Formats: sequence, structure tokens, C-alpha cells
Amino acid sequence: MAKIESSFKNMVLSLTIISTAFALCLGVVYELTKEPIAKTQLNKKLNAISQVVPEFNNNPDADMFMLNTPEGDSLEIYPALNGEDLVGYAVNSYTMNGFSGEFSIMVGFNPDGSIYDIIVLSHAETPGLGSKMAEPEFKDQFKGKNPATFSLNVKKEGGDIDAITAATISSKAFGDAINRAYKTLFPNGPDSFSGATASPVSENIQTE
Amino acid sequence: MNQLQNFTKGFFKENPILVLVLGTCPTLATTTSTLNGLGMGIATTFVLACSNLAISLLSGVIPDKVRIPSFIVIIASFVTIVDLLMQAYVPTLYETLGIFIPLIVVNCIVLGRAEAFASKNDAFSSLIDGLGMGLGFSMALGIVGAIRELLGSGSIFGFKFIAGDGVLIFILAPGAFFVLGYLIAIVNKIKKR
Repeated sequence: MAKIESSFKNMVLSLTIISTAFALCLGVVYELTKEPIAKTQLNKKLNAISQVVPEFNNNPDADMFMLNTPEGDSLEIYPALNGEDLVGYAVNSYTMNGFSGEFSIMVGFNPDGSIYDIIVLSHAETPGLGSKMAEPEFKDQFKGKNPATFSLNVKKEGGDIDAITAATISSKAFGDAINRAYKTLFPNGPDSFSGATASPVSENIQTE
Repeated sequence: MNQLQNFTKGFFKENPILVLVLGTCPTLATTTSTLNGLGMGIATTFVLACSNLAISLLSGVIPDKVRIPSFIVIIASFVTIVDLLMQAYVPTLYETLGIFIPLIVVNCIVLGRAEAFASKNDAFSSLIDGLGMGLGFSMALGIVGAIRELLGSGSIFGFKFIAGDGVLIFILAPGAFFVLGYLIAIVNKIKKR
């Protein structure tokens, strides 16, 4: 095939045409996949929420509101309602103290402040060691525990968490993430719940 | 060279990983399980076949001095398409491979085939070359992944048949080097005979 000459005009022209043509293709693919991507991400979130709170019949994603953490950051709170009754809260919490840095979890709280269930959303912990925090053997120890009385630190350091063998850092970080969720939802201990719920929920629903 | 040879050379004679030792970064990083390895392989195959085809069709209108930037634009476009499609239709696989998909752009195999083969051959041979090389790459990734998954977690394709954890080091980074090293040694031994 005859090559065209590498003159300045030819180079500019061919690069411009190729870039424009492929940019157009990308635009089309982006438009086509936008909806399915949004849908899978929403499903993933709803699926995670439904695993950590009791049965609900509202749309927690639509009722989502943000609360500030003690450090000044903010977390996503998903209230779960069954009819008119509040059955729990799912909190999208995180920690920066994992063995490989940040990981995020979804913690479900009963209205009394005790933990309903927890699910790990994303992590980069060591496979086979820290990654075991996502398994029931570890995370089920938090079920039904109230962080007001259950110290979220590892046993080695005087807390109540039964750490994963050879993954104390991950276990401790897991506690840190739960603690962040709890402190955000119940800033003044379990008794502050009614105050904390009544105001933010209604305020946020009104403002949204 | 006939098309059958052109297709099969990627599997053994010129296998991109085991013989040419190109693209070892994704090989080492994504092969923690058979499925991850194969997934990465298939994604790369798609990019390789499409970019080879596009580049050989366009090679007549790309001036020599700007061929590398043009190749990169073409390859990057196909990688982005794969990235979006995977996010939309195989979200679980995308989650584990996520950060490695954009890196297909800089995978030496893709640019290497574009430069060494697609820009000098006709469209059909280039497509076949891309498919063969890509599937050879997938096969090697699948084998490395299967060995690591078998030894490291006692399962294949996620089906566990050995209780417990297995030899953890095979799931971690050093295991990838061990497995790849031994595979290359075996292939060299066979080739010598």
C-alpha cells in the first residue's frame, strides 16, 4: 500500500481525522452504556443495603441523606422504612487504616443502635488474611452488638473484637469503620438516637 | 504464511507471554484466579483484534512520522469501549479487573502487534493475527491463573474442592513470579527438543 508522505499538512490532517472519528465512536458507546452502568451500580448499592438492615419497603436510595462525621467528613445514610416504621439505618462507612489503605463497608444499625449486619463493599486487603474480614466467621461477631457497650478495638488492646489471626491491622481498621458509622449516626451515644433521627431525616426530606 | 499458521502461532510458537515475554505486568497482577486471568485475556483479545484490523485498514492514510500517536489513539479508543462495556454488562468481573483494564493501552503486545504486523499486512491477516495472539495470551493467563488458584485457594473456576486456604503465597505476588517462571522454563525445554 502506498504510504502518504509525512508532510506537516498530512500529519495534522490524518491525526485530526482519526481522533475525531474515534471520539465520535466513544461518544456513541458512552451513550449506549450509560444507562446499564447506572442501573448495575444502583442495584449493587440496594443489594448491599438489603443485606444489612431488616426487611424494608421504601427506596433507601431516594431517602438517602448525608451526616457529618466527627472528623468533618460526611457519610451516606440510608434509612430503611417498613411502612411508617423505621426498621434500621444502613451507613456507608470507610476507614483509612486498612493494611492496604482505604476500604469501605456498609453497616446496618437497628433503631436502638445495635448492629444488624455488615457487608464489605470494597477493599484491597491481603487475600487470605485481611480479606477474611468479609467472611461470616469474623463479621458475625458484631451482629446484635451495640457499640455503646461493645468496645470497637481488638482484644489485644483491651477491646472486644476477636481479631483475625495474622490480620490484626485489618480487624482494627474494621472496628474503626464501624465506629465512624456509629459516631456519625449517634453522635452522643445511644440515647441521642431519637434526636438524631427525628431531625436529620425530616429536615433532609424537606430540603431535597 | 497461510492463515492457519498465522492464527496458531500465538498459542505456542510465538506465544506473547511464554515465548515473547511481552505484557508480563497484567499477567502477574490479574491471574489470582482462573476466571480473572481469562477475563483479562478476553478483554485484551478484543482490543488486539479490533486495533489490528483498524490499524491495517488505516495504515495507508497514516504518515510514518505520526504512526505511534495514531496507533495509541486507536488502541485507547478500543480499550475505553471495552472498559465501558464491562462496567455495564459484567460488573463483578470489572470490579476485580477494574484498574488493569485501562492499562491494556500500554500493554506491549497490543502496540507491538500494531507496529510489527498490522501496519505491514492486509486487514484479514491482521485480524487473524490479533485473534490468535489474543487467544494465546488468554490461554497463558488462564493457565497461570488456574495453577495459582489451585495451589493458593484449592479451587478451580471458584469451585472449592480442597478445604482450607491452600498455599497463600501463590495468591500473593511472589506466587505469580514462581508460576510464570516455571511455565517459561517448561516451554523452553519443550522448544529445545
